[in-house]
Amino acid sequence: MKTTCLHSQHTAMGALMSPFGGFDMPISYRGIEEEHRAVRSAVGVFDVSHMGEVRIYGPQALELVNHIFTGSLTEVAPGKVVYGMMLNENGGVVDDLLVYKRSDTDFFLVINASNIDKDVAWMHLQAERFPQATVDDQSEHWAELAIQGPEAERTMQDVLGIDCSDLTFYTFKEFKAADGSDCVVSRTGYTGEDGFEYYAPAHLIVEAWERLMKAGVEPCGLGCRDTLRFEAGLPLYGDELTDEITPLEAGLGMFAKVDKPAFMGRDALVRQKEQGLTRKTVGLEIEGRAIARHGYPVLDAEGNQVGTVTTGYHSITLDKNLAMALVDAHCAALGTPLQVQVRRKTFPAVVVKKRFYTPNYKK
Amino acid sequence: MIYYLPTHEYARVEGNTAYIGISKYAAEQLGNVVYVDMPEMDDDVNAGEEFGAIESVKAASDLFSPVSGAVIEINEELIDNPRLINEDPETHWIIKVEMNNTAELEGLLTPEAYAQVCANEKH
Repeated sequence: MKTTCLHSQHTAMGALMSPFGGFDMPISYRGIEEEHRAVRSAVGVFDVSHMGEVRIYGPQALELVNHIFTGSLTEVAPGKVVYGMMLNENGGVVDDLLVYKRSDTDFFLVINASNIDKDVAWMHLQAERFPQATVDDQSEHWAELAIQGPEAERTMQDVLGIDCSDLTFYTFKEFKAADGSDCVVSRTGYTGEDGFEYYAPAHLIVEAWERLMKAGVEPCGLGCRDTLRFEAGLPLYGDELTDEITPLEAGLGMFAKVDKPAFMGRDALVRQKEQGLTRKTVGLEIEGRAIARHGYPVLDAEGNQVGTVTTGYHSITLDKNLAMALVDAHCAALGTPLQVQVRRKTFPAVVVKKRFYTPNYKK
Repeated sequence: MIYYLPTHEYARVEGNTAYIGISKYAAEQLGNVVYVDMPEMDDDVNAGEEFGAIESVKAASDLFSPVSGAVIEINEELIDNPRLINEDPETHWIIKVEMNNTAELEGLLTPEAYAQVCANEKH
């Protein structure tokens, strides 16, 4: 199994470790709930060095990125970050990712750890039509920290000496460390709070982590990363998004605009729009204490299966039993009464907005 | 007398009655318990078979019964306060079972043997 540059720090701190996306990753240190609350109320730091980084550059870089990505990078200014997906011919999601635009000829893409090999192969395949674009998998070079929470900007400044006050939501900047290494910092994240993602070579990330620990910043594992993103209604690849689920079905149509000129998967989305969706991703609020986990059946009021749970938790911030689920379109209206089957029992549920928690972004 | 399964459930035995719960080690590994899925009164449970589940924030874990018999009581305190299990899992049992085959106890782990199982898991 792969490890990040902070693996020995995690094990020395006694973190609960578990495999994720091919890496041995920390799930929690002090406890998922404590770490979750630290991010909502103050600040926490995540080792997310498992994420993949790909640079696409060359005279045809813009054309290639526009071809494989649901978002358009043409009108976007350098220094901006765009969230979107790569789709297959059927409109299913190959991966969801961030694209950092350095210039029309140079892009930095951040992809999910579990999909690195698949994504890079897919990009190379698509790049055959764009011979003047180069796809460079730099995942081994970059390590990454996510510093998240209302105190993130101050922490970046006071602890790491990185002034982020000039960064607005979904923008980034690059700088050189004292030793000349390239670093990237963006005002982005996966928690529903203000925060930053900091990319640098391993030795700088280890140094930054140690400074953050010394300053008392809460170390946070993938456990609370999942509970935080869930509350904010953000999808996780493998749960809400797969090769078989389109962005429209996942409720992410705003990130896959079909009015953009041709891109891979666009025709399938146009067809799906014309024909109407047969299933949709919804939020569920569930009665009782049983937790609806990924894959559990969703039933209508009569007990017929109408879908499955994609993610479910007892929300730490909201103290409610919640789930996201992919259900038949006729059951997706807000207020629809449904049921969730948890092992041998069923529990009443009602369709609610899947953005359970309103994010606190600094726009 | 107290006996254990390698899956971290205990049976504390008084006469023909077994109090079934999860070990201290299991409670520590789980983290905060948020829900305990318990059988109903008078349900039958079978040795080595699943009788319910315990949920932490992150995951649901099946519960296995060390003994066979009928459920004569469930710990109702755990319905509203599942975290009692984190405070003291060996006091806060989950179900009380009237055993129908006390010979099954011979196949269970002693506290010493169970401690070895935990030590091996920690590698």
